[in-house]
Amino acid sequence: MKYIDEFRDPQLAQKLLADIRARSTRPVRLMEFCGGHTHAIFRHGLRQLLPSTVELRSGPGCPVCVTADTDLDRAIEMARRPDVTLATFGDMLKVPGSYGSLQIAKAEGADVRIVYSTLDALQIAREHPQRCVIFLGVGFETTAPTVAAAILQAETERLTNFYVLSMHKLTPPATRAILDAGEVQLSGIIGPGHVTTIIGSRAWEFLPHDYGIPCAVAGFEPLDILQSVAALVDAVEKGQPAVINTYSRSVRPEGNPTALNIMQRVFETSDADWRGLGRVPASGLTLRPAFARFDAARAFPVEPGPAREHTACRCGDVLRGVIEPPECPLFGRACTPTRPIGPCMVSAEGACAAWYQYGEHEQR
Amino acid sequence: MCLAIPALIKSVEGTNAIAEIGGVTRLVSIALTPEARVGSYVLVHTGFAINVVDEQEAHETLKLLAELAAFDPEAAPAASGEHEVH
Amino acid sequence: MVSMNSDKILLAHGSGGQLSHELVERLFLKHLSNPALARLDDSAVLDAPGGKLAFTTDSYVVSPIFFPGGDIGKLAVCGTVNDLAMSGATPLYLSAGFIIEEGLPWSDLERIVASMAATAQAAGVQIVTGDTKVVDHGKADKLFINTAGMGLIPAGVEISGHLARPGDVILLSGTIGDHGMTIMSQREGLRFASRLTSDCAPLNGLVTAMLGSVSENRHVPPALQEAKAEDESQSMIHCLRDPTRGGLATTLNEIARQSDTGIEIDERAIPVRDQVRAACEMLGLDPLYVANEGKLMACVSPPIADAVLAAMRAHEYGREAAIVGRVLAEHPGRVVLRTALGARRILDMLAGEQLPRIC
Repeated sequence: MKYIDEFRDPQLAQKLLADIRARSTRPVRLMEFCGGHTHAIFRHGLRQLLPSTVELRSGPGCPVCVTADTDLDRAIEMARRPDVTLATFGDMLKVPGSYGSLQIAKAEGADVRIVYSTLDALQIAREHPQRCVIFLGVGFETTAPTVAAAILQAETERLTNFYVLSMHKLTPPATRAILDAGEVQLSGIIGPGHVTTIIGSRAWEFLPHDYGIPCAVAGFEPLDILQSVAALVDAVEKGQPAVINTYSRSVRPEGNPTALNIMQRVFETSDADWRGLGRVPASGLTLRPAFARFDAARAFPVEPGPAREHTACRCGDVLRGVIEPPECPLFGRACTPTRPIGPCMVSAEGACAAWYQYGEHEQR
Repeated sequence: MCLAIPALIKSVEGTNAIAEIGGVTRLVSIALTPEARVGSYVLVHTGFAINVVDEQEAHETLKLLAELAAFDPEAAPAASGEHEVH
Repeated sequence: MVSMNSDKILLAHGSGGQLSHELVERLFLKHLSNPALARLDDSAVLDAPGGKLAFTTDSYVVSPIFFPGGDIGKLAVCGTVNDLAMSGATPLYLSAGFIIEEGLPWSDLERIVASMAATAQAAGVQIVTGDTKVVDHGKADKLFINTAGMGLIPAGVEISGHLARPGDVILLSGTIGDHGMTIMSQREGLRFASRLTSDCAPLNGLVTAMLGSVSENRHVPPALQEAKAEDESQSMIHCLRDPTRGGLATTLNEIARQSDTGIEIDERAIPVRDQVRAACEMLGLDPLYVANEGKLMACVSPPIADAVLAAMRAHEYGREAAIVGRVLAEHPGRVVLRTALGARRILDMLAGEQLPRIC
């Protein structure tokens, strides 16, 4: 597969590892923001291959994991309405809300369908004009433009039964929130490659500028991740924080202007509630008034009961990078992928799921 | 949710295109990448092309990595890279 | 008035009355004829050969019921034949129970039953008894099939998941992920097209060839003689299993737990078709967890590994067979994957389901 296989070359990987070993003289802690990076790192066994001076810590880049209970509870309430078909990406299905999950609602008769694209939800709306089709908009800046494009398509087709419940969130504000909290010392950030494809590497300039730490934007193949680690180690050793684009085949300084325009045409920035981070200003996306008729939040006011989080669940701390998954007392005991307590264990990009699946906890 | 993979555009019709990866073809929207052409490689995320791959940059990156390896005096000699699970 | 020439299966076809008899005679017996079945007694009466009997059952609910490389009927025969073969048994007799959704076209049912007949013939088994029920529209997704099977285990053959031992070589009969990804490609909403086909196949012939490669070795070299003598079980093929739901990763974990041994496999040694790899990348799936319906893995004693591998590659269902790993004494109950980069990581069982209703 072109532009995948070449970036998995084991020999080049070994050489990058040797390069990192040669450069790294002091301990560094790097946060990979994105859940996709966490899983790639585990899948290829990169943690074991890196020298012990380099520690990787997972960040909040799992859109399913950071969805607040209140938002999920609302989505489940909407799904229970007899006139609603809720279309969602697969891994939202099992996330436990305060009173159950979408999967449980589905088993109890709610019309919940897994889709792989917002376009599939549009198709369901076209084929079932008598149903109110709500698409659950979860995802960061990689996904939000695709949802915006779908809304514009719905507008063009004058669909009257298509809605989006936007839970979309923005990544730079969350990164700021983690650094401002000052709970975890970070030497550098491995920047989310596909988010940055949209928002542009310039969007991370605030990291060296305001916080004095480097950011290396990385793709998702082993060579991409290792290159970004090498660049970060180098920047720290030299005391030269900067934004380094190691994913230049996909990332440009300005990002994808078409995608950004479409996203900004349909969505406006608002405050948002993040699991683990609480309310983060200007970190969420809501539909602009011009697109109010597609806004599920407006069209389907629901009042789920008060949000209830499992008291011992430490997903919030995991998401802020304060602890690693095995430090949560529920990890691997009360909380497993088949019986998850929190979203970090059940989401495809959750840190706890990665640690559990790839057996990292047994290697300590 | 970060999942996006490079695919080759085989045909275009309006804002839709057929993209191919490893012999598997898929319908994608190019609404976010109107500049995509037949023969472009695009990154596909949830049914949409989110960017056109800069092939020149891809080759440059690989070339850089290969050269880094060749000139780095500290590079480990073709080690098998065995690492114990510990 | 009920039409006698209905082109759809009706509730009455399952009621035991005239239409039921017509269904049996005009459809099932037309394709599945054998002496035991043709008697149409309440039970099939069969000659019982002496020895150990293997007995298994499975139900099939795959959707769609027709897919590239097969259909639910072929799957139902192969699945049960294979379960018997994995115990080292020679499959002999199958039963087939059908739960049909009212409204299924007669021609679809006939096509499936014909496919079962052809598969049974290729596998050398007879479908000797069966049952048909018809349920209301909406109460079964077109067709569900249950098959049970009986087979005879040859003397001296003892193959079981708990018999793997440290040092055993792990063999895989071919590419993984073909069936599951083929089914995925047929599901609506995924919008991808490929030339993927299910690998659905009866493996009893392959197993016979593998067992034969061990016992036919008349000029047994001294090392092998010694190994044979030391080997507590009489066959040096210790385990056989077909990695269906949950994929190869899940199957390996089952063996590791049953045998209380460790397993290590090499990512680079595992054969995967390019299109399967691409489809998995696209959907964020791992071929190691995707179902197979025409593959087996084997744990064999090291001295015979090459001979067994050669026998597999000489067989039509083992052309791409490969050595993929080893059984170890370390980390009992756990499976470790050596990644392409040389790191080792745990390969766990599948948690939850990857793909619904693929078998």
